[in-house]
Amino acid sequence: MNHSSDDDDLWEAVADPTRRKLLDLLVAQGHATATTLTAEMPVSRQAISKHLSLLQRVGLIDRHREGREVRYEVREQRLAEATGALSEVANRWDRRLRAIKQLAEQAHAADRSTNVDSGGGHSPQTT
Amino acid sequence: MNNYTIERDIEIEAPMEVVWRTITEPELIRTWFSDVADVDARPGAAGSLTFRADTDDPYIVGITVVAADRPHRFSYRWVYPPGERATETNSTLVTFTLVADGDERTRLRVVETGLDQMDMADDEKEKFLEQHRHGWHVQGDRLRDLFASGHSSSP
Repeated sequence: MNHSSDDDDLWEAVADPTRRKLLDLLVAQGHATATTLTAEMPVSRQAISKHLSLLQRVGLIDRHREGREVRYEVREQRLAEATGALSEVANRWDRRLRAIKQLAEQAHAADRSTNVDSGGGHSPQTT
Repeated sequence: MNNYTIERDIEIEAPMEVVWRTITEPELIRTWFSDVADVDARPGAAGSLTFRADTDDPYIVGITVVAADRPHRFSYRWVYPPGERATETNSTLVTFTLVADGDERTRLRVVETGLDQMDMADDEKEKFLEQHRHGWHVQGDRLRDLFASGHSSSP
């Protein structure tokens, strides 16, 4: 099972902040047109169109024509694939930070009671 | 090419020095991170982290300290094969930044960059992610967190 270049395209597609913002807007709104998206973004319509076509090319969004309008919407499954690995990494850091917090706060509480005993300040040094 | 960055922070009720020791001293690293930590918090120092040390399938990765500006900044490259030199394409860069918020409180920020730049075969990348997953409970959809920069409209 090899989908390496496919994966790379996905990573690159979501790596760009403007495209992430576009995806975010599309997720929040369900669907949108290039015009409504342009109104909410600080970049040109031409740039929006370029980003949308890249997102469409990697399969993250679908394009539907409705009358004179072209509507875009997110392909949830594909987006979940693209962000799954990144969510994992973010979740792991949340876990680790919480563990660090707990340890440091325990150590600080212990330092502080030792310092109170010795009448020292509140800037513990062990080295 | 863009460099995908993960950024997380937390407020800790302890002075910077205490937080610094927690993230840099091997015996403390072992309590929140890997099972074995061979880490020397000096720029250029290379070591290793061992996960699943007590199993038949231990997982060992290289770690090289990039910056150690006590007690403000600690950064390292990791997850490259132990014994190799850390480069931009075989490792990710982790940077811890500590900022004092009064005498008794520290804001700790962690940034990991280069996840999308790792030059790995597909199965290796899968293994990398698999190994990273080890021991951590996977939570629900974090899409909103990942995309939260400056915009949040759904509950």
